[in-house]
Amino acid sequence: MIPLLASKLILKCLERENVEFVFGYPGGALLPLYEAFRTSPIKHILVRNEQTAPHYASGYARESGRVGVCLATSGPGATNLVTGIATAYLDSIPIVAITGQVDRALIGTDAFQEADITGATAPFTKHSYLVQDAADIPRIIREAFHIASTGRPGPVLIDIPRDVQLENVKTGLTYDKVDILGYKPNQSGHSGQVKRAIKKIKEADKPVIYAGGGVVLGHAEKELLAFAEKNNIPVITSLMGIGAFPEDHPLYCGIVGSHGYAYSNVVMNGADLIINIGARMSNRATSKLTSFENNTEFVHIDIDPAEIGKNMETSIPIVGDAKTVLTDLLQKDTLKDRSGWLAEIDKIKELNPLVYDADPPCSDLINPKVLFRSMSEVTSDNATVVADVGLNQIWSALYYHIIKDRKYFTSGGLGTMGYSIPAAAGASFATLDQPKQIFIVCGDGSFQMSMGELGVIAEHQLNVNIILITNTKLGMVRQLQFDNYGKGHYSGTDINFDIDFMKLAEAYGIKHYKVDKNDDFNKVLPEAIKHQGPTLIQCQVHPDFIRI
Amino acid sequence: MEKKTCLSLLVENNFGVLSRISGLFARRGYNIDSLTVGTTENAELSRITITVTGDDQILTQIKKQLNKLIDVITVIELKPDESIIRELVFIKVKADDTTRSQIVEIANMFRANIVDVARESLVIEITGTRYKIEGFFEMVEPYGILEFVRSGDTGLQRGAKILSH
Repeated sequence: MIPLLASKLILKCLERENVEFVFGYPGGALLPLYEAFRTSPIKHILVRNEQTAPHYASGYARESGRVGVCLATSGPGATNLVTGIATAYLDSIPIVAITGQVDRALIGTDAFQEADITGATAPFTKHSYLVQDAADIPRIIREAFHIASTGRPGPVLIDIPRDVQLENVKTGLTYDKVDILGYKPNQSGHSGQVKRAIKKIKEADKPVIYAGGGVVLGHAEKELLAFAEKNNIPVITSLMGIGAFPEDHPLYCGIVGSHGYAYSNVVMNGADLIINIGARMSNRATSKLTSFENNTEFVHIDIDPAEIGKNMETSIPIVGDAKTVLTDLLQKDTLKDRSGWLAEIDKIKELNPLVYDADPPCSDLINPKVLFRSMSEVTSDNATVVADVGLNQIWSALYYHIIKDRKYFTSGGLGTMGYSIPAAAGASFATLDQPKQIFIVCGDGSFQMSMGELGVIAEHQLNVNIILITNTKLGMVRQLQFDNYGKGHYSGTDINFDIDFMKLAEAYGIKHYKVDKNDDFNKVLPEAIKHQGPTLIQCQVHPDFIRI
Repeated sequence: MEKKTCLSLLVENNFGVLSRISGLFARRGYNIDSLTVGTTENAELSRITITVTGDDQILTQIKKQLNKLIDVITVIELKPDESIIRELVFIKVKADDTTRSQIVEIANMFRANIVDVARESLVIEITGTRYKIEGFFEMVEPYGILEFVRSGDTGLQRGAKILSH
């Protein structure tokens, strides 16, 4: 066998995993790999800061359903990935992060640009590798993609010393079958527990399905719809579960949690059985729930056994993949007359209506709730909305309707500001051959965290529309300050400089609009959507508009 | 209710496996009482014994979180009545011409070994359960314990059952 340079072997292995794009930033420890990129069919997208590279990979993964790949050099390049890797970990997004490392002989000597990145990311990676022998590369890359994308998905890191990349390897791409002794994820639920769940569901008068990110990640939307419709069970989602169930469906009951709909929390509290499918039940989701004190029973379906019983006691645990377990449940008789419960829910909805109105001076400028509602009526049935973190995230989650094949991505678990621009760009790269509408929703705080990435969006003329909600404030923290300390107790939440975002967009050659009335927004949105290439619509909201 | 539990793990002998396991305990706030690690009949695998204190919910979580680590192949609980759990301890005790023979006699009763003799001290090697070792400490304490080192629990299931993948 002709010896192959390890750096070329790495890219060959990525090719075999059907990698189209790598989002990265070069550096000394990656020189051999970047030399190999010149002749590789894999496209390297140069991000503008390593901090955003995992978000590109995350957006790409969520849009395409495949593993996203990011790349950074040793030392500061690698440590810049940490927040993005943690973001993907908390939201269970399959990405592979590759980092350069100093030469093997220099590891541990505090060499130039040396950082212990496997150590630094241990708490936020599903697994990681430090490659010590180039002959292991085919096995490690195959395993990394397998681990990232199976079971509960998550980030895997591969740290590759520079001198390993320069080795000549005689091994071919012979590594096919993954066999990891300690990793055999469970797909189908335990039949005994499934039986117990069926009995409980059949007995329940007021059941509720609580759908989390596991339904979206497990592509179980169709099965969930069929199961809910067959049994007349209302569906509530978590923030990560948005998109798991069509929001125009009569059984849809909103989003639960401290930033959810008031009525959703009431419905959940009234249930006698909560069927949790792929949701973590974090403190943000359960803060307004009293179900735990009542005698509510819980069926918890999750692919990760460690999630079950972690944040709440579970009556019936089912470890398995959402799609497989729901398919199993669908075949069984769990029917019961639930018209009384559904009528009760209608009353709850009536008593807790959504409030769109605002008073002056807030009503003088854009009403963000109305903005997202009207945006719902214009965007396509398969549009993707990538929201950042803050009030923009909550407004879009609550008032933009996810129906049909629409998607909603956000950093739900870690709440990482600056997520939306790179993640939407990553999603856009995933759809280059079948362009679709992709929207970035962010505030002036989160926008400024990643605005360097406008360079990538402009360079590649990505078809993304930025809905930039500006109020010169860090709105959500300000809202928390108001709620916790009272009016006027604002601290560190004022962006004391009114940036001319139009000039900024101009500098990048991005088509731009600025609106301060909902009617004007409605006028420019269709034009922005029609425009080939990136656009930015700045929407001015009054600083005191802090209600969700 | 908090209790002491002994876990036995079979792990892949990979780079960083020990730091992954100890890191898991640290970041989730679980306390390790002791941890021992050593090779096995298979050069690619290691065996780890961990003693932890916690209530049932925490112990269940610890087991599940350990199982989530890719390098961890098997986790079992070593139940006291179905396992042999022992610890090795070296104790340096003050000893002079008047006390030496008394200490040796105590050591013999506990089937401990004298492994070092000096003019003013003895080093005793003792292996046993937590209770046996506590009893021995109590007996030699009056003579003056200069220092000691404990290996931490290590254990195996009784009978023909083995921890395998």
